[in-house]
Amino acid sequence: MTKKIKNLNLNFGPQHPAAHGVLRLILELDGEVVEKADPHIGLLHRGTEKLIENKTYMQAVPYFDRLDYVAPMNQEHAFALAIEKILDIDVPIRAQYIRVMFCEIGRILSHILNVTTQALDVGALTPSLWGFEERETLMTFYERASGSRLHANYFRAGGVHQDLPVGLENDIAKFCETFPKIINDLENLLTDNRIFKQRNVDIGVVTKDDALDYSFSGVMIRGSGIPWDLRKSQPYDCYDQLEFKIPVGKNGDCYDRYLCRIEEMKESVSIIKQCLARMEKGPIKTFDGKISPPSKSEIKQSMEALIHHFKLFTEGYRVPKDEIYTAVEAPKGEFGVYLISDGSSKPYKCKIRAPGFSHLQSMDYLIKGHMLADVPAVLGSLDIVFGEVDR
Amino acid sequence: MNNLIDLEKKINSELTTKINKTSIKHNQIYVEIDKEDLIDVVLFIKTNKDTKFRQLIDITVVDYPEEIQRFKIVYLFLSHEFNHRMILSYFINENELISSLTTVFPSANWMEREVFDMYGVNFKNHPDLRRILTDYGFEGHPLRKDFPLTGHSEVRYSEEKKKVINEPVKLEQNYRNFDYQSPWEGTKYIKEISETNDKKN
Repeated sequence: MTKKIKNLNLNFGPQHPAAHGVLRLILELDGEVVEKADPHIGLLHRGTEKLIENKTYMQAVPYFDRLDYVAPMNQEHAFALAIEKILDIDVPIRAQYIRVMFCEIGRILSHILNVTTQALDVGALTPSLWGFEERETLMTFYERASGSRLHANYFRAGGVHQDLPVGLENDIAKFCETFPKIINDLENLLTDNRIFKQRNVDIGVVTKDDALDYSFSGVMIRGSGIPWDLRKSQPYDCYDQLEFKIPVGKNGDCYDRYLCRIEEMKESVSIIKQCLARMEKGPIKTFDGKISPPSKSEIKQSMEALIHHFKLFTEGYRVPKDEIYTAVEAPKGEFGVYLISDGSSKPYKCKIRAPGFSHLQSMDYLIKGHMLADVPAVLGSLDIVFGEVDR
Repeated sequence: MNNLIDLEKKINSELTTKINKTSIKHNQIYVEIDKEDLIDVVLFIKTNKDTKFRQLIDITVVDYPEEIQRFKIVYLFLSHEFNHRMILSYFINENELISSLTTVFPSANWMEREVFDMYGVNFKNHPDLRRILTDYGFEGHPLRKDFPLTGHSEVRYSEEKKKVINEPVKLEQNYRNFDYQSPWEGTKYIKEISETNDKKN
């Protein structure tokens, strides 16, 4: 007697704790082995690019917070840099340090979330409890600088919105002293943990060539042994004046990517310390009244400042006709903005290049031949946030 | 090629007729080609030992509805070896088919699906050309300039039918697009006589 066996189709998500948001993954299973994975994305699509085309450059900034919402300021940075390059304006040095410092805070925010939820996906609960406490501290730094914990809307073309409040620098410095201990605690829990290693070593291996072909960037490409970091290779703001190392993996598996993230957090702490040490009092945005709004006290006294204020918040500033692609090293990889300006105060086209989009598309390649239980481990190490994948 | 100018020369001399225009701006090289030469040019820049644009960063489209050649297709490349970025582009008409890059770069798959979804540009030889970001059963191509910002239909849960339904968009007030252009110090630009585009206000 012969029995006919059919492959099982399994719907993973869209509401599944290990799907990291709203991923619908259709898996074709042969027993417990995954034959094919077809991610369906777009459940969080909000039409960001269309909305930005209809807003002035200043109004477009908050949309960037809502892309990768675990590291909001890194996204704003790419947009601000694109406008600055077209307008050809200089950013005061204090503003550069503030921006770099908050980008590194964003990197720690994102890496804590990723490392701990990856651990959660493979069965470790404690790291997320410990890690999220630190994220909370970091988000209060965001709040004190910008007024909100998540959607900061803090970076502007030509600098940042406001100067740091009194005492914030000291508190961030204190955090830099205590945080390395937390990283060590997390490492004690995970790095040599037998279960964590069994679930991650040699899972989701990416070779160097495939990392290039599949448009990987960030930790995904560094984990496979390609030393590529935009902060070093195409430095923006004051990264070329800071000293930091780029951790690179060897085997390109989930475990190496975890190790890279842990090391990157340590480097980020060192960058924040350097920024704090070098930061001096000074202007925090460009003086060009046509681009950055005047202070409240100026408006009360100067007619010109009042006109500038009115024009900036109705029409906005104009950006000359140009075409540019700018990328920053966001925590998840290369986040880029391809901007076309037409001389008006609204972008003609703003294409957002999200690292997670190309990472997630390789899901089929990564998971083919693995067991079903490896799906959350691989997905966790890709560091997917649906805000940026779906845009 | 460590230098962008050398790279520009190299590309122009090796590909000669296939290149329409090259320029260097913002430390990036901008190359314009013809639609037919896409695969040849991309294969060349990917494999040649002096260019090595090994990574496709993104594919996108710019819509110019008033032009005859409506869409500008843009490819962004990155060369890790030489630390260069290239922006490759060509123009097509609205209904033209273009070649898919999936055979050269597997990552082009989703990028082309996104282009198809957002702009309605069709690719030949694409293995799996489906919509990607929009909802199942969505109609229209949202990033075209003639697609309204508010969209055509809205979704709600119907208590009578006990299911989610699509309805034409109902707005209390039309989307208002004010014309703020006015001579602000009037030095750098001259206000063009614009047609009143705020009729709906």
